[in-house]
Amino acid sequence: MSQITDLSFSELKQSLNDRTLSSVEITSAFLDRIESLNPTLNAFITITRDEAMQSAKDADAAISQGSATPYTGLPIAHKDLFCTDGTLTSCGSKILSNFVAPYDAHVVSQCKTAGLVSLGKLNMDEFAMGSSNENSYYGPVKNPWDTTRVPGGSSGGSAAAVAARLTPLATATDTGGSIRQPAAFTGTSGLKPTYGRVSRFGMIAYASSLDQGGLIAHTAQDIAHGLRMIAGHDSRDSTSAREPVPDYTQTLDESLQGKVIGIPKQFFDDRLDSAMRQAMDEVLEVLRSLGATTTEVSLDHVAEAIPAYYVIAPAEASSNLSRFDGVRFGYRADSPTDPMDLYERSRGEGFGSEVKRRILIGTYALSEGYYDAYYKKAQQIRRLIRDDFNRALGHCDLLFGPTTPSTAFVLGEKTADPVAMYLEDIYTVATNMAGLPGGSFQAPLINGLPTGYQLTGRAFGESMILNAAHQVQMVTDWHLQRPEGV
Amino acid sequence: MYEAVIGLEVHVQLSTDSKIFSGSSTNFGAEPNTQASLIDLGMPGVLPVPNAKAFEMAVKFGLAIDAEIGQESIFDRKNYFYPDLPKGYQISQFDKPIVGPGRVTISLEDGTTKTINVTRAHLEEDAGKSVHDAFDGMTGVDLNRAGTPLLEIVSEPELRSAKEAVAYLKVIHSIIRYLDISDGNMAEGSMRCDCNVSIRPKGSDTLGTRTEIKNVNSFRFVEKAINTEINRQIEILEDAGRVIQETRLYDPDKDETRSMRSKEEANDYRYFPDPDLLPVVLDEAFISTCRDALPELPEARKTRYVSEYGITDYDAGVLVADRDVADYFAEVADTSGEGKLAANWVMGSVLADLNQTGGSITDFAVTAKQLSDLIARIKDNTLNSKTAKTVFDALLASEGEVDAIIESKGLVQMTDTGAIEAIVDEVIAENPDQVANYRAAPDEKQGKMLGFFVGQVMKKSQGKANPQAVNQILSAKLSG
Amino acid sequence: MSLTSDDVKRVAKLARLGLTDVETTETLAQLNSILELVDQMQQIDTDGVAPLAHPLELKQTLRVDAVAETNQREKFQAIAPQADAGLYLVPRVVE
Repeated sequence: MSQITDLSFSELKQSLNDRTLSSVEITSAFLDRIESLNPTLNAFITITRDEAMQSAKDADAAISQGSATPYTGLPIAHKDLFCTDGTLTSCGSKILSNFVAPYDAHVVSQCKTAGLVSLGKLNMDEFAMGSSNENSYYGPVKNPWDTTRVPGGSSGGSAAAVAARLTPLATATDTGGSIRQPAAFTGTSGLKPTYGRVSRFGMIAYASSLDQGGLIAHTAQDIAHGLRMIAGHDSRDSTSAREPVPDYTQTLDESLQGKVIGIPKQFFDDRLDSAMRQAMDEVLEVLRSLGATTTEVSLDHVAEAIPAYYVIAPAEASSNLSRFDGVRFGYRADSPTDPMDLYERSRGEGFGSEVKRRILIGTYALSEGYYDAYYKKAQQIRRLIRDDFNRALGHCDLLFGPTTPSTAFVLGEKTADPVAMYLEDIYTVATNMAGLPGGSFQAPLINGLPTGYQLTGRAFGESMILNAAHQVQMVTDWHLQRPEGV
Repeated sequence: MYEAVIGLEVHVQLSTDSKIFSGSSTNFGAEPNTQASLIDLGMPGVLPVPNAKAFEMAVKFGLAIDAEIGQESIFDRKNYFYPDLPKGYQISQFDKPIVGPGRVTISLEDGTTKTINVTRAHLEEDAGKSVHDAFDGMTGVDLNRAGTPLLEIVSEPELRSAKEAVAYLKVIHSIIRYLDISDGNMAEGSMRCDCNVSIRPKGSDTLGTRTEIKNVNSFRFVEKAINTEINRQIEILEDAGRVIQETRLYDPDKDETRSMRSKEEANDYRYFPDPDLLPVVLDEAFISTCRDALPELPEARKTRYVSEYGITDYDAGVLVADRDVADYFAEVADTSGEGKLAANWVMGSVLADLNQTGGSITDFAVTAKQLSDLIARIKDNTLNSKTAKTVFDALLASEGEVDAIIESKGLVQMTDTGAIEAIVDEVIAENPDQVANYRAAPDEKQGKMLGFFVGQVMKKSQGKANPQAVNQILSAKLSG
Repeated sequence: MSLTSDDVKRVAKLARLGLTDVETTETLAQLNSILELVDQMQQIDTDGVAPLAHPLELKQTLRVDAVAETNQREKFQAIAPQADAGLYLVPRVVE
């Protein structure tokens, strides 16, 4: 038998069901691996060994008493922007580097209720702003495939931890591509659900109208299990949808015969790297072989998604991040002389440079005289983008494209040029603008590095995405490739 | 000559049980920060969920002032930093308020009425409180109040004097009390008033530069603050100076307004729709439920009191201004069956005492039942106006019930003509000079002179003699 | 539109972000390149297009008015930078 940590979430679930493994065995195997590899990868900010071992013991007791849920005793780790009662929740920022959250996020309490064992908190770009995980106060996360490369961001810790088999399942969030891009860079599966599918309560906000919690794991099937736990209405989040939650695992095996997959021509223009095009063609070939048909569609305004995103997201962020003022929690500058000094220095010292840039851009975009030219304009474009997607999805079951323009880049390569970094999300941002579900799944390696393809579905059409990705994973081995360096 | 142009922004704390966006209690006076939840504190990751009751109350207010109700209203964020504003923004309504244009009628001193247009009323959350004096060099922040629902009612700048402003404010106060959507207690800050004041030469139709006087906390101070500010602005213009647009604070101790420097820096609130909240769409059913639940409003009640109790327009206006006073009066009038007497007593004795003590009718020492018992004893001639006042004072001092007080103080009116005659005879015998003068005086002067004798008789009877009987017997005997 | 360093200072003040002079200079160039990216929006004609605040255009649901919170002051103030007598403390506010 392979090592415990090589098993996927679904396989571990089976082992627990069969009583071939105990939660204590599973939990300690992952904790041991985290402790040996985290110094290299820096995927975890906080490792909660004692709590995890205690939950594992409780889980084993529950299993033997027959009071377990189907998921009791399985491990998970949370992106460090999900509040965890009694545990540091830093959001990758100095300004929250002393913030022991006084409550659990909805996602965290759902996982607890399901009986999952939390291994710790995962590194991320500060306040989820970034595409390389180089913006963390706790230092960059390394890509397990090549530790000179970035794992992507902002959920770089989640993606790297899964890829390196430090956890079989990780929570993550996606505002403009922060689940899908790191999943593509690390050879993992990642799903950003429909806006409103997963409660944002307790998820520290970056851009409220775009943020959505989701998951990273090895397979679509693993995600189907995880999504069952975290999806659903939460009365504490006004933007949480009342749609019923289907059992995503029940539709994984459905045939793709007759399904129509739209290929936005804007994603396959001359600018697409030829190796990436070839990888995408291979995936499309598999989808066709499974019975799906493909058709070209047009998303006319998708090119403006990035410009509009860099107004809407920073504008919302500039306001969301005002609460970090050194008054009630978090970092406070030494000996402030008056409230202005308290604010300016606590925030000036507490936020990193990318966060400051976005606060400044957002503040500017909302300031008197500029609102119409920036914020209103961006929201108008947002409607055009959303309408484009709805039109295309009127006759397609899914849309297909590359997740990223290229494979993982080298640490430091794009840090000096924010705009180059922003363009990393060129294929992912539009999905957030439209509020639709999007997943990134493993495509063929390019030069030994992972790539991802992206599937975008109709609102609340997560089942269709997971079904298609699962069918591909049943006939390919791209998702089984593991980094060898670690 | 100058004319003042005044608009008021009235903040009314709505009397919901829980806050506008959280399940914290809104009770006044709790220990600091014991009613400040995760949401009220603006903890990372928390989200607001609006309170239906706040909308119900806002809609009722809108209906009461004949306003357009916003079928779709949107919450916006007003961004600014202040220690008692936990999130660094206040959730308010900017473009699409719950209540659109409406109007109220105010009564002026000359007996005429004037319609004042209300621009809008919107829902928002209150901020916390800063405690400045308790710590050396530090300010303490109490966030119990943060998140209390506020209805901000904005008038058009159609008020032309401090008196009009107060009359408007009293009408608003009266409406919110009738609707029972706020306790309207200005001293505790449940109703606060910002006054926008400018002046211009009489007859001009351009607006002068306005100043905003923040947070004035009583009707009296509103009047004084506005008058003080008008005078300050007149002095500036007379000295060929210019009024600066700024926020000012009224200091009642010095009776002056002064600039609030901390608020002077350029305000750029960067309003934008709160992405944590969705548009609130109220259907016709919600609005008609609110309409059905509307109580009788002050204007309607005034008309009814005039016809039902036969009292004057003016008296009815005074009596209905406060819903609790109006209810009290109605109970007294209904129980005693004496509308006019009830009006006289409520306006003369009850309101006088409340004005003097600053007390509230709801915990007034004399119950409506007691006052109506008292009126019954006046009606059946047991008491005259003088002894009735004595009984009322005893009721005020909580000395017991009406009949017991009459009994223990021996206040039963003397109606036995024989006994009164005896006292009259005594008085005539004791005052021969005055009697002589009276008899020598011409008829038209006698009426006035009679008062002396009545006084003497009342004194001897310890106020118990029936005044009509005394008059009658005295005039007969003196002329005899 | 292009920002000047005064614009950056003004906006930083509004956002209560203390920036060093070096930061202001560095940020200026970066912000201008971001604004250049953002300005690509202006190529699109959006006349008559209603702004979209939320992708799914749902309606707000309202909460029943009921007290559901208990006092947790001790827990919340345990993570406060400075608190005394139940109050959060900040440097003296001058009104």
